[in-house]
Amino acid sequence: MELLRVENISKSYSSHQALRDVSLSIPKGSIFGLLGPNGAGKTTLIRIITRIIEQDSGEAYLNGIKITPELVRMIGYLPEERGLYKKMKVGEQLLYLARLKGLSRKEAVEKIKFWLNRLELTEWSNKTIEDLSKGMAQKVQFIATVLHEPELIILDEPFSGFDPINANLIKDEILRLRENGATIIFSTHRMESVEELCDHIALINKSQKILDGKKIDIKNDHKDGTFIINYSGTLVPAADFEIVSTSKLENGLTESIVKDKTPDGPNNLVKVLVNQVEIHSFIEKVPSINEIFISKVKGEDHE
Amino acid sequence: MNKIGLIIAREYISRVKKKSFLVMTLLAPVLFGGFFFIVGWTATKGIDTKTIQIVDNSGMFGEVFVSDSEMEIVFATNSLDAAKEQVQKGDFDGLLFIPELDIDNPQGVILYSPNNPSIGLVKTLGRKIEAEIEEIKLRRSGIQQEVLDGLKADVNISTINLSGTGEEKESSSVGATAVGYIAAFMIYMFIFIYGTQILRGVVEEKTTRIIEVIISSVKPFQLMMGKVIGVAGVGLSQFILWIILTMGISAVVGNIFFDGAENMKQQQAQQMDQMDIPQDEMQQELNEDLMSKVTGAVSSINIPLVVFSFLFYFLTGYLLYGALFAAIGSAVDSDADAQQFMLPVTLPLIGAIIMLGAVLNDPNGSLAFWMSMIPFTSPVIMMMRVPFGVPLWELGLSMVLMIVGFIFTIWLASRIYRIGILMHGTKVNYKTLGKWIMQKN
Repeated sequence: MELLRVENISKSYSSHQALRDVSLSIPKGSIFGLLGPNGAGKTTLIRIITRIIEQDSGEAYLNGIKITPELVRMIGYLPEERGLYKKMKVGEQLLYLARLKGLSRKEAVEKIKFWLNRLELTEWSNKTIEDLSKGMAQKVQFIATVLHEPELIILDEPFSGFDPINANLIKDEILRLRENGATIIFSTHRMESVEELCDHIALINKSQKILDGKKIDIKNDHKDGTFIINYSGTLVPAADFEIVSTSKLENGLTESIVKDKTPDGPNNLVKVLVNQVEIHSFIEKVPSINEIFISKVKGEDHE
Repeated sequence: MNKIGLIIAREYISRVKKKSFLVMTLLAPVLFGGFFFIVGWTATKGIDTKTIQIVDNSGMFGEVFVSDSEMEIVFATNSLDAAKEQVQKGDFDGLLFIPELDIDNPQGVILYSPNNPSIGLVKTLGRKIEAEIEEIKLRRSGIQQEVLDGLKADVNISTINLSGTGEEKESSSVGATAVGYIAAFMIYMFIFIYGTQILRGVVEEKTTRIIEVIISSVKPFQLMMGKVIGVAGVGLSQFILWIILTMGISAVVGNIFFDGAENMKQQQAQQMDQMDIPQDEMQQELNEDLMSKVTGAVSSINIPLVVFSFLFYFLTGYLLYGALFAAIGSAVDSDADAQQFMLPVTLPLIGAIIMLGAVLNDPNGSLAFWMSMIPFTSPVIMMMRVPFGVPLWELGLSMVLMIVGFIFTIWLASRIYRIGILMHGTKVNYKTLGKWIMQKN
């Protein structure tokens, strides 16, 4: 089931077009990676979804309903540029932000207590943001984003500024939120976290969406018939395949990356290979999101 | 509670809780009180008596210079040079040398003193010499002493307002001026101090990017108005506390000071008694005269109207300028960038203060009229005029225009604010501001 649908959104600023006819569908309960190089239009898209700015054309729907300012309360948004009132105490700040999102005082206090405890910030509740380290302030901001239990959580570069331990802590929280029914949009260019967490991705480059779908489908689509083979013996290129690279392994075997030139599938390739060498392992090489990202963006740039 | 309420509460509480608020609130009345104390103290103490030595070679001024509270006069018995030495040694505060004078061309009077003498002293001495020479000349032309005495006149003009209802009111322009000045200056200060606070607050929200977090839960307009109103609350609280504390401190200081004055008076009276002069009666008369003047000054002013107008212009003037300050804050990236936009906004306000003198000369003239109609200057100018009495239709029109004015600036400011607050790194000039105002969402 789809939670958020973005239909043909375009937006231009005075000097350039930030988004051109972008459509997306984000399934409920997914962790959706919104990828793209700097300046591609990710933040503009998010700001349109959260009604911070208005699109020139197109529409965004949450649960099939056009997103109105009232509906934005269902969204928790962690902006890339983090900001909190520096001179305000952690507890008071969270209470203020929670109440602006429409929580009652009692509810807000309870939730703040729960979250501070969960992210190990309880003893900092009476400190001002100025007194906190950057990582701690980030955690406070994360709490502010998810405190009102939004259905849709939009995180713009959520791991920047975190050490690995805290990054893991936040990662676990994101997964837990998803288990509790939230849908998460990740905007990032850190591909390892996309690889690890996302199940759907969309790639935006130069104001346009150039790719989207299930992560696994995209990966499969981008397989180019290369295989990693460990073998003994000597391999020479043939009509059916070419050798991309070859290296000697410690155990005396040779490893080659081989590209299948036929559309006949791995079984055929194996049949050809066994004639030449003794195969110890045969693995299909699946491209990482990072590789897809780079090849896609570079390909676009060359056009 | 709705969101604007939450925002107002945060703006108010976070500012009132600051140490600087407490310090300013306590310190200002102490400073005011201290100021009154010093004024009172110097008034009771009076000016130091100067000792002046006189070398009078003309022999005309033996009776003109008499010691009084201001200066003690000693006629020199020695030569000029010896007298000069004494001044150098510091025995005297000054040495007045009067050469043989030709009364038709009196030249060559010199005042020697160890340091620069006060203008007051030089003038007093000069006036005495002039008066004596004039009198000698008059006598020389054959006018009798009695005629001379009879020539002196003392006129005290009392002013009476003829209001439209035919009622006669005794007015005092001194009282009206004081009330007008204080009210106008308070409005001016309030707008400046708290307008700048709004600007800083907006710039802070913008630079810390908290705006992106908040803006998804509230409208820019709510945020702007919440801040403007919250800061107004802080200002009002501070002013009320200042007035209460200042009155308290002044009362305490005043008691001490008036006790001192009372003692002084008794001492003086005793001295007078010894000199056998019926000063008490004169004093009494003087006091009564003064009292009637003070009560007259206050009673001629329509106090409820002044208070009402003050509160009205205080708040609307603040809203009008506060909104503009918020707009400036939203358009710039740092406090420093705000300067270029501050000037045109504050210019009318500063202009109004500069014009106060001119308005005071003719509180019902056309300059005063027009400046009290234009919403940007009317809070200051109208407050200067109200104590003098302003036709009700003028006051009404000015107030209506003021309301229209502040609604307009708030509208204008919110147009700039909604876009500016989310803009970063753009160089903003008046053209871009104009574009933002026209831009549809």
